[in-house]
Amino acid sequence: MKLTGAQILVHMIKSQGVDTIFGYPGGATIDIHDEVERHDDLRHILVRHEQGAVHMADAYARAHKTTGVALVTSGPGATNTVTGIASAHSDSIPMVVFTGQVPTGLIGNDAFQEVDIVGITRPCTKHNYLIKDPKKLASTIQEAFHIAQSGRPGPVLVDLPKDIIQAEIEFDMPEPPQMRSYKPNYKPNKKQMSKAVELIKSAKRPVFFCGGGVISAQASETFTKIAKLANAPVTGTLMGLGAFPGTDPLWLGMLGMHGTYRANMSIGNCDLLFSAGVRFDDRVTGRLENFAPNAKIVQIDIDPTSIHKNVEVHCPIVGDCRMALDQILKLMKKEDPNGFRSKDRDEWLGQIDEWKRTTPLKYEQGDDTIKPQYVVEKLHEVTEGKAIVTTEVGQNQMWTAQYYHFDKPNHFITSGGLGVMGFGLPAAVGAKAAQPDKLVVCVAGDGSIQMNSQELMTAVASKLDVKIVILNNRYLGMVRQWQELFYDKFYAATNMEAAPDFVKLADAYGAKGFRCDDPGKVVDTLREGLNTEGTVIMEFVVEREESVYPMVPAGGALTEMLLV
Amino acid sequence: MDTNRYLLSILVDNEPGVLSRISGLFSGRGFNIDSLSVAKTTDPNVSIITMVTYCDAQTIEQIKKQLHKLINVITVNDLTEKKYVERQLALIKVHAKSDKRAEIMRIVDIFRSKIVDVGHAHFVVEISGDSGKIDAFMRLMQPMGIVEIASTGAIALGRENGKK
Repeated sequence: MKLTGAQILVHMIKSQGVDTIFGYPGGATIDIHDEVERHDDLRHILVRHEQGAVHMADAYARAHKTTGVALVTSGPGATNTVTGIASAHSDSIPMVVFTGQVPTGLIGNDAFQEVDIVGITRPCTKHNYLIKDPKKLASTIQEAFHIAQSGRPGPVLVDLPKDIIQAEIEFDMPEPPQMRSYKPNYKPNKKQMSKAVELIKSAKRPVFFCGGGVISAQASETFTKIAKLANAPVTGTLMGLGAFPGTDPLWLGMLGMHGTYRANMSIGNCDLLFSAGVRFDDRVTGRLENFAPNAKIVQIDIDPTSIHKNVEVHCPIVGDCRMALDQILKLMKKEDPNGFRSKDRDEWLGQIDEWKRTTPLKYEQGDDTIKPQYVVEKLHEVTEGKAIVTTEVGQNQMWTAQYYHFDKPNHFITSGGLGVMGFGLPAAVGAKAAQPDKLVVCVAGDGSIQMNSQELMTAVASKLDVKIVILNNRYLGMVRQWQELFYDKFYAATNMEAAPDFVKLADAYGAKGFRCDDPGKVVDTLREGLNTEGTVIMEFVVEREESVYPMVPAGGALTEMLLV
Repeated sequence: MDTNRYLLSILVDNEPGVLSRISGLFSGRGFNIDSLSVAKTTDPNVSIITMVTYCDAQTIEQIKKQLHKLINVITVNDLTEKKYVERQLALIKVHAKSDKRAEIMRIVDIFRSKIVDVGHAHFVVEISGDSGKIDAFMRLMQPMGIVEIASTGAIALGRENGKK
């Protein structure tokens, strides 16, 4: 059967079980978009900026537990995807980005809208391809999806010259990819797992520690069971929120720079740190010499480079998180459960309760000005903790992490590693495309919402209703907070008083806007906004100089927190 | 930590861009490359890269793991953990004034190297060996006046009884 390159591309995308792609056309992709439009079972969401398409694909992948797909044109279309790709790379999100390219005969000639996107994205993709032979199109697409979703997931870019897309060639479905240079190791070492169980048994002051890897391996349930069986308190990274129920008594809250007091103190004092799917990022560890100084560290990770990279690990387990945790749970069930409930453990849990009681997360909501934390806490109450929540980056992100107690995985979608402002709104649109029956809320700051606010049009036009909560402090709040603490309150380049009227902005895009500046009306505004059909902006005018606490200054030890 | 010399032998897919992925990995993560040599193998789809780097033990572990993580890298062999044969080839142009010609030829002979070009003013000497031998030869040539040097990076293969 003879097919065009565009037909093969669409066929291969659909064969991967993908039903939605996010894209923006251009000269180099007309043929592809033409073909996509003819398939009712492949929805194309037309974005308003290519960066938005990639963040949407990212969030779609997380909310749908599949691979996200973006399709953009050559040159500027391709370069606009770089931030989104780099974010997905940092957060290990499975994604395939297709970029148009000038015809192969023109490559290297500085043609119109030509850019070496394979060269540009080499360090921020898991792998990338430039297809030069139409016969390799189908097998390369298959390889791209295979690489994106296997092992430690990540973004893969496929660059498609226009003549390859227009070529007509004989098509056969390729065999499943066999790559001698890429064979991720899933199977964890048995001895190491037994050793881990022994360490759990003998620990007096254990802490369990989950990251995004637990969520991407779909191992949250097992992880939760193990932690409960071990009767151990649990903390998590930003990416790990939801892997363990945020309302469970064993939950310590997030650790790290803006972690809870009890989580950071637990790390400083534990004798076992059982970690799964984490990579010990600097925002998590603080000063390395003081990170879990008295603990034996167990680390489960699919990626060998994550082990011994930043911290020394005593019991590394390389392999799939879920396989490893399933096996460890099995081994633990053979043990006497009372073995995990010693007197030492009770003392340890008592100590943690003490930290929780004396130094909880706190803010004071007065009668005059709305506190941003209060908005997030009420959002949690009003949505009964059931919404999928995306965030922008900065204070809004940290307050959401602290005050929206995520009980389930795949419900908190944030740009964790790269920290991309402008992520939250497109991510909300992508998550809504993946989970149309769920309530999707974007918590934003007044600064970051302006970075990709054009995607309001995508949300409205594609009827992907998202609810946007803007915490408006008229500052780039996180940078302002650093200026307050470390730069003598010299607020250089962080004043955002010149801003659009967000209610009118919503109106201009055909969405609905609400504004609230009265603490007494926060709940009503949330209820009204969330119950309004369509895409909605709820702007909360909040305390200007509120800061995120606790805070571990960059490079400081975790246990040395600023509390007020 | 102590800095050591490490010699890696890396098999990669013979595809465009592979070298750039490897050099990009080193520059992006702040590792250094002392020398690098790329060649074909008996399999037309596979190339061999021999690389020398100076770093500490923790860094070489990361380098090896990161290299292995690249999709186009098939195997990473740390020859420094084993017994191996190493060679480097250098071409050295030295001043050959009449009063020095005999001495240069004697040294060339001792090192079992060859003079491959003779002129009124210069010799070009070809020498192969491990880096120690080549360094020693250079030191002896220095007083004669070295005009130019061209040199390959190290290449190496593991020995039959490769365990150290």
